[in-house]
Amino acid sequence: MESSVRLLDVKGLRKFFPIRKGFLKREVGQVRAVDDVSFHVEKGETLSLVGESGCGKTTTARCILRAITPTSGQTLFRGQDGSVVDVASLPKSQLRPLRRQMQMIFQDPFSSLNPRRTLFDIVAEPLVANEVGTRQERVERVAELLRLVGLRPEYMRRYPHAFSGGQRQRIGIARALALNPSLIVADEPVSALDVSVQAQILNLMLRLQAQLDLTYLFVAHDLSVVKHVSDRVAVMYVGKIVEMTETQRLFTAPRHPYTEALLSAVPKPDPRLRAHRIVLEGEVADAANPPSGCYFHPRCRYAVDACRQETPRLEEIEPGHFVSCHRARELTLRGVGQ
Amino acid sequence: MTSEGGAAPILSVRDLKTHFFQDEGTVRAVDGASFDVPRRKTLGIVGESGCGKSVTARSILRIVERPGRIVGGSILLRRDAGNGQAGGVDLAGLDPAGYEMRQIRGGDIGLIFQEPMTSFSPVHTVGNQIIETIQLHQNVSVEAARLKATEMLHLVGIPKPERRLDEYAFQLSGGLRQRAMIAMALSCGPRILIADEPTTALDVTTQAQILDLLRHLQDREGMTIILITHNLGVVAEMCDEVVVMYLGRVVEQGPVDAIFHAPKHPYTKALLRSIPSIQATVRTELPTIAGSIPHPYNRPSGCPFHPRCPDFMPGTCDRSEPSLRPVDDNQGVSCFLYHPA
Ligand SMILES: Nc1ncnc2c1ncn2[C@@H]1O[C@H](COP(=O)(O)OP(=O)(O)OP(=O)(O)O)[C@@H](O)[C@H]1O
Ligand SMILES: Nc1ncnc2c1ncn2[C@@H]1O[C@H](COP(=O)(O)OP(=O)(O)OP(=O)(O)O)[C@@H](O)[C@H]1O
Ligand code: SF4
Ligand code: SF4
Ligand SMILES: [Mg+2]
Ligand SMILES: [Mg+2]
Repeated sequence: MESSVRLLDVKGLRKFFPIRKGFLKREVGQVRAVDDVSFHVEKGETLSLVGESGCGKTTTARCILRAITPTSGQTLFRGQDGSVVDVASLPKSQLRPLRRQMQMIFQDPFSSLNPRRTLFDIVAEPLVANEVGTRQERVERVAELLRLVGLRPEYMRRYPHAFSGGQRQRIGIARALALNPSLIVADEPVSALDVSVQAQILNLMLRLQAQLDLTYLFVAHDLSVVKHVSDRVAVMYVGKIVEMTETQRLFTAPRHPYTEALLSAVPKPDPRLRAHRIVLEGEVADAANPPSGCYFHPRCRYAVDACRQETPRLEEIEPGHFVSCHRARELTLRGVGQ
Repeated sequence: MTSEGGAAPILSVRDLKTHFFQDEGTVRAVDGASFDVPRRKTLGIVGESGCGKSVTARSILRIVERPGRIVGGSILLRRDAGNGQAGGVDLAGLDPAGYEMRQIRGGDIGLIFQEPMTSFSPVHTVGNQIIETIQLHQNVSVEAARLKATEMLHLVGIPKPERRLDEYAFQLSGGLRQRAMIAMALSCGPRILIADEPTTALDVTTQAQILDLLRHLQDREGMTIILITHNLGVVAEMCDEVVVMYLGRVVEQGPVDAIFHAPKHPYTKALLRSIPSIQATVRTELPTIAGSIPHPYNRPSGCPFHPRCPDFMPGTCDRSEPSLRPVDDNQGVSCFLYHPA
């Protein structure tokens, strides 16, 4: 990769959802869905967000795309003209040109496509909305996009029900690419797909990235999938990033006890590797009512007194390796072998 | 082809055919599946979406919904006749709504599904539903059934079980709900537990808890488990024996180590290569299986895998259908590479 350029720089991002109760819908509390999250994504790389259900992955992604407005924090995005803008604070009226440059791929290829519209309508929709090209140019562009994602241009007149899950996900990808975006946010793009189809879509995403110089923010809970696509990985727990580093390092030499437990829990497709697993007891903390100190302490096998009182900060313990744990420097944790 | 020591398999499925008769055509969801379930072991059934795993499970329990029905084959359940003699019953020949099948369902064979919400009623408490199940199979008082239900919730690791009995399924987290469903399925002491994608909707950490629980319960109760999943990692961790299905048929069965380290069928090999692994090198392309699964209405002639098979032999594989035959004492495969047509 050439000298790194930050395409996205997220600083202190927070999104709290109010909890309302009763007839008057009084606010009785807050879900701290995303709580002081900072990271950056370089141009051309893939950063993955992983963690258990409810840890705030989707909310983070939606804040970045300004599908929802964050409670506080900045998301600095470098536009294709080279200027850097804070998407989090931009007035709604000025979002449109930026939205073209950031696109989303969704988890569910079944519900995200309108069944009453043809493939052409679906893929050309962003072109129409942004008044790009004449009708003939759009037909050509859609044909090109369909070829790019491995579908036949002749399919243009068909409706989505005639396609399998994998093909529908390709349609979703074609639509996301229509306006030449620089950032693709993919929220669980393969988790609804079958194993063999999953492999095809992951390969397609890798190929498109190289071909079109795309940058991916990849949201997933499946660590095996994440390993296949990411340059770097950020692990989230109850609204916070607890560890972030290069993929290889995160998998082989994790430094946060939660990462270690997650890696250990992944079933390995080899019966000879039936190792003694670390089974995390209990459940994920409640984001509306998190525990004191380190949010992970009730489930952490390494917890000490300090963990119950003081909240650890995300620190760079080695160049490029960020960990939020009081004991990160002293613990020796287990990763997965090659 | 199964189990050591010559002990008879607890369940033997032979040439099972379950078809769905629809206006647009017949879906041959299960189309000649044969396999054995070794006693007190865990058998995994794997295969891609739509290959007939769930319909196989529903056929065993005789809960296939219309317009589907079993059109051929047998499902032999071997059970003690009480006098030390082994007796057998062909489930495929029983009346699905009859007394015997109702006793077997939930009594001899328990079932847990992927989505626990669908197996619990939203208007009854978890406790009442478990108590009802117990009373359906055992002649006990409500108090005794309630005690048993509490004991079951405790057994599956639900904290404060007395309190949870009076809650509704929607009040429980995903992991607790799955545990409650396991408790209900086990409340009548089944000897076979069929678990259809029991952890697919769960996080890896919760999945690890549930798999641990199943292993623990198996050790304690000596249960046989049929674990249906498309997650080959779960199979590698949990199963003793594996059945691989493709388009309604069993293409390979063998011990877990053989399936992962010496697979025979081209489909099994391709499937294993295509899975993303946590052990893999970062950012590498995965080998994929050529083509896609055919639509269930138009099954290919001959070997159902032939349009996608890298070892396809024209004139053979597209002419006749290979049958599942042993390649050695423990492993069986249905492919002309191993048995001449
Ligand atoms: N619109 C909303 N109103 C209130 N709470 C919300 C809303 N959206 C999300 N939350 C809460 O915010 C937290 C984070 O949710 P989010 O969907 O970001 O998690 P996630 O990591 O994407 O989980 P999953 O893996 O299940 O998709 C959860 O506690 C969720 O219940
Ligand atoms: N009620 C039904 N009516 C018509 N066809 C059905 C019905 N239930 C299942 N089928 C068809 O039978 C075939 C096998 O389905 P089955 O549910 O057993 O697949 P599966 O292997 O369990 O897949 P998955 O991994 O997606 O759960 C599929 O083609 C499916 O569409
Ligand atoms: S800070 Fe303490 S409780 Fe939190 S992860 Fe580190 S050791 Fe565990
Ligand atoms: S029978 Fe022929 S087509 Fe079928 S799996 Fe074997 S080699 Fe391939
Ligand atoms: Mg999400
Ligand atoms: Mg199924």
